[in-house]
Amino acid sequence: MAVFEAILELADDHLVLGHRISEWCGHAPMLEEDLAMPNMALDLIGTARTLYAHAGALEGQGRGEDELAYLRGEREYRNCLLVERPNEDFAHTMLRSLYFAAFMRPYWLAVLAQSVDEVLRGVAGKAEKEMAYHIRHAGEWVVRLGDGTEESAARMLAAVEALHLYTEELFESSAVAAVAEADGVLPPRAQMRAPWQAVIAEVFEQALLAVPQGGPVLRGGRQGLHGEGLGHMLAEMQVLHRAHPGARW
Amino acid sequence: MTQATSGAMPLWEVFIRPRNGLSHKHAGSLHAADEVMALQAARDVYTRRGEGNSIWVVRSADIVASDPVQAGENFEPTADKIYRHPTFYEIPEDVGHM
Repeated sequence: MAVFEAILELADDHLVLGHRISEWCGHAPMLEEDLAMPNMALDLIGTARTLYAHAGALEGQGRGEDELAYLRGEREYRNCLLVERPNEDFAHTMLRSLYFAAFMRPYWLAVLAQSVDEVLRGVAGKAEKEMAYHIRHAGEWVVRLGDGTEESAARMLAAVEALHLYTEELFESSAVAAVAEADGVLPPRAQMRAPWQAVIAEVFEQALLAVPQGGPVLRGGRQGLHGEGLGHMLAEMQVLHRAHPGARW
Repeated sequence: MTQATSGAMPLWEVFIRPRNGLSHKHAGSLHAADEVMALQAARDVYTRRGEGNSIWVVRSADIVASDPVQAGENFEPTADKIYRHPTFYEIPEDVGHM
């Protein structure tokens, strides 16, 4: 069941970040971004749906996307900590998206080129283009906020200080991921470090930001050890399905 | 959208080309800090339903418009020159959009 669990980690990353970004809907600082944020949330949630359905089929216990998304508690979620970090402001939100998309783009390209799993290759073909756009969209905002006003630069710097310590977890393969990687289903996460660093270095240079070197690292999401915020997020996301099981609209 | 945001950012006009061979058509306008952000916003706001495969943006301030006061002298003299309309031609289907 390791492959099922490894795909679940990937699906959780996408659903949690997608839901976080969707929280901007109706609250973004300008109408243009109020449309852009849900666009990107839907990219991620769409990918999550396919991954959950695929994982459920591999598990073979009759669990589909709804059961996997709505009926697991916080400790059963296996997303990395980065994606569950709260939105805070646009600097945090855009940097979080940049960090994630800069990891996922080469990841999907590697899936496309190497994976033995046909469904995942299908997801990858669509998702790598979406991630390319997320890198561009978030990257341009990071540049403008970093090289903007005194306040925007201070907020961008605060976002880097708050979020960079969560990036190391992206490159670490959990025990279940290592099995899926050995089976040729998923690419080794550590392989994404060089392309990720190249994207971040290029954006940070334009944004007049220094890439933090060393420093503390936070991890635990792959073991189900999450920050306080994820439970609140899941409560809001799951309440309808838990109150009205099987509800449709 | 707050007044402060819209006031600080210039207005842009967005043109979308729906398919190869067709011309760009005005789709609407938006606020953005610069041309790169304007293109991104145009993509996010105006191509969500597969409306196009090419986008132009231009600063609204850079558009030179005809004066509505001169509408009479500009456009009314053509009203009685119906011989300028190519109504006597059948356009072959192969010609496509004209």
